[in-house]
Amino acid sequence: MDSALLIHRLQFAFTVTYHYLFPQLTMGLAPLIVILKTLAIRTNDETYDKAARFWAKIFGINFAIGVVTGIPMEFQFGTNWSHFSRFAGGVIGQTLAMEGLFSFFLESTFLGLFLYGEKRLSRTMHWFAAFMVFVGSWASGFFIVATDAWMQNPVGYEKAADGSLQLASFWALVLNPWAWLQYAHTMSGAVITGAFVMAAVGALYLLSNQHLEQARIFVRVGVIAGLIFTVVQLFPTGDWSGKMVAQKQPVTLAAMEALFDTRHGAPMVIIGQPNMATQTIDNPIEVPKMLSFLTYRRWNATVHGLNEVPETDWPQNIPLLYYAYHIMVGLGTLFIAVMALAALLLWRGKLYQTRWVLWLLMLMFPLPYVANTAGWMTAEMGRQPWLVYGLMRTEEGFSKLVSAGNGWFTFLGFAGMYTLLSILFLFLVRREIEHGPEPMSVPVQPKSSLNPAGVR
Amino acid sequence: MSTIWFMIVAVMVAIYVLLDGFDIGAGAVHLFIARNDAERRTILGAIGPVWDGNEVWLLAAGGTLYFAFPLLYASSFSGFYLPLIIVLWLLMLRGIGIEFRSHIQDGLWTSFFDVIFSIASILLAIFFGAALGNVVRGVPLNAEGYFFEPLWTNFLVGTNNGILDWYTVIMGVVALVTLVVHGSLFLATKTEGDLNARARAVTVALWPVQLFLTIVSLAATLLVRPGILTNFSKWPSGYIIPLVVAGSLVYLLIAERQKNDKGAFLASCGYIVGMLVGAAFALYPVVLPASTDPNLSLTIYNTAAGAHGLSVGFVWWSIGMVLAIGYFVFIYRMFRGKVQVEAGTDGHGY
Repeated sequence: MDSALLIHRLQFAFTVTYHYLFPQLTMGLAPLIVILKTLAIRTNDETYDKAARFWAKIFGINFAIGVVTGIPMEFQFGTNWSHFSRFAGGVIGQTLAMEGLFSFFLESTFLGLFLYGEKRLSRTMHWFAAFMVFVGSWASGFFIVATDAWMQNPVGYEKAADGSLQLASFWALVLNPWAWLQYAHTMSGAVITGAFVMAAVGALYLLSNQHLEQARIFVRVGVIAGLIFTVVQLFPTGDWSGKMVAQKQPVTLAAMEALFDTRHGAPMVIIGQPNMATQTIDNPIEVPKMLSFLTYRRWNATVHGLNEVPETDWPQNIPLLYYAYHIMVGLGTLFIAVMALAALLLWRGKLYQTRWVLWLLMLMFPLPYVANTAGWMTAEMGRQPWLVYGLMRTEEGFSKLVSAGNGWFTFLGFAGMYTLLSILFLFLVRREIEHGPEPMSVPVQPKSSLNPAGVR
Repeated sequence: MSTIWFMIVAVMVAIYVLLDGFDIGAGAVHLFIARNDAERRTILGAIGPVWDGNEVWLLAAGGTLYFAFPLLYASSFSGFYLPLIIVLWLLMLRGIGIEFRSHIQDGLWTSFFDVIFSIASILLAIFFGAALGNVVRGVPLNAEGYFFEPLWTNFLVGTNNGILDWYTVIMGVVALVTLVVHGSLFLATKTEGDLNARARAVTVALWPVQLFLTIVSLAATLLVRPGILTNFSKWPSGYIIPLVVAGSLVYLLIAERQKNDKGAFLASCGYIVGMLVGAAFALYPVVLPASTDPNLSLTIYNTAAGAHGLSVGFVWWSIGMVLAIGYFVFIYRMFRGKVQVEAGTDGHGY
């Protein structure tokens, strides 16, 4: 690979992967905070307000880092991928500019009100501010996913005389079926992160016997939302996504599954390492005919293998793509199991006393981040070698005049800057969690009769 | 249609400079005019609720530029690769400085972030000025419409351009002084007592400097691009722009003498808008001149997106802008007035 191409890809991959650690939590927490604010108004219970205020602080820190790491994403379309921007800007400029106009203004205005305005606003108005932050962050998510979806499944364009693509149909772009399916899957994934993080903080407080009232709220809201969205993640949104990939990008599906040869009644590989030299899977454990069934709902359906297209049209890194996909699916399955167990215990009134499940909830919060990242890796590496599927190859899209040396300079700079951000972030979040939802001056007085988790 | 979008982008950039300009300027001076923690918190309290909303205009202007003139976006962003990425780092450092300072009430922690905030603000002002200087001076475009500039070459204005040369450095200094004045005036409108007096003193002291630099920058521009006045002779109504610039400068001094901070701030807005609109007016229809061969210059015609996209965009852009202005009016009314630092902030205040 051209070394300039490599560094441009590396920098984008690094900055976008890092960036998405923050919006996935803010987009996931936003609806949960709205739920807490709603409960506060409906029950007229101060406890829910305190809970919402605690999560607003975590939200604020994440949002700030999300913004400062998000600006480079928009810039890099021009700085690092100028040939792509010239080629496709006439179409995806629409969705990117709409994000600026429709969500950034809305988010920044109402986030200010939400974080700084609680004393000045009525309860209903403050609820409204929280709701608008939710709407803004989810709208932002849509415009970005729609942009990516267009690169996966270009629609609504026409070719201009100079070879660039221009918008032909606005509604085709906005109603791209790929965009809506991918959006549902992405947002559900974000709520899973939010739910696991909320439940983990609650479990931490329960296990360490502090802030018990809020801890129970965190665990309850986290587990219920977690169960709903881990299921939605698999079915229907994950299932839809798989079928769409099979239909629009059969090569991608074959690479994700490391299916080297076309097969009738293709099996699904659960464990096994793709061997690119022999084009087989080492030590495979397979479920017979499962891939055919999941993709086409027929046990003997034909699934197209990599052998049907020339090797130059294969994604370049099939093993990594295969692992990203399998990690995503494997973790997704695990999430359903854990959340179902926790929900069952919650329903039977035993969750707050079952310490080993609380331990599990507390320790699992990093895994949704891994699963979401792996999901995006699947989507983006699966699209390779195309930048715009079927229309522009990745090696045609980068800024030809920005040399590898300049690329390394900025990549290393970003790496240093993001290391600093990470340290600050961890430090501040740890402080908020240590403070907890109760103001420091008020000592926590657990009421022992209502406090089964306090009994050791 | 491309002319309309040219004006829209120019106006959005001008709004961005006016809004983020005052918080960048406030950041650049705050180490000098705020003498203790309470005063610094007052300054951050004045810009805290609005700075990220102001910065959104950069993103919105960038997004609109991308949508309306994809080739211009592609060419200028890749050509100005180094300064733009450095600007990104500075924007990050500034955001960190503002947002994380107040999380811990500790002298070492807060002074660390105050210094970061200040240095990043100063450098940003200089870089933005140098960027504008580059656009006016021209860049070494090739036949495909691309270029790449190192940070500096020989500091001469020629065809072997760097981002920094004697001309763009002058523009950087002009921008720094302009934004320091702008930010100080904003702080003057938002504060009382000592802080207010010091902010005002900065602007009074800098007024002759600003006047001098305005004249120097105009002379330097005429030297670097002798043809820059063509549009003014073509459309003589354009001469109203230098009149606005001069009038604003004069009124700025008068308003300051009368201790009319709001009037002086508006004068500074007029000055900035006049300078930016003047540059846009003089360049039109060129958006990025070539220093190599004038025929290679990028214009609104050879960089605009397709006609259908531009028309469709005009519909949703208008809707979005009405909404955005509505939010802005709303939040400025919520947070209007002088800043009072509350005792015992709970981590939400500054």
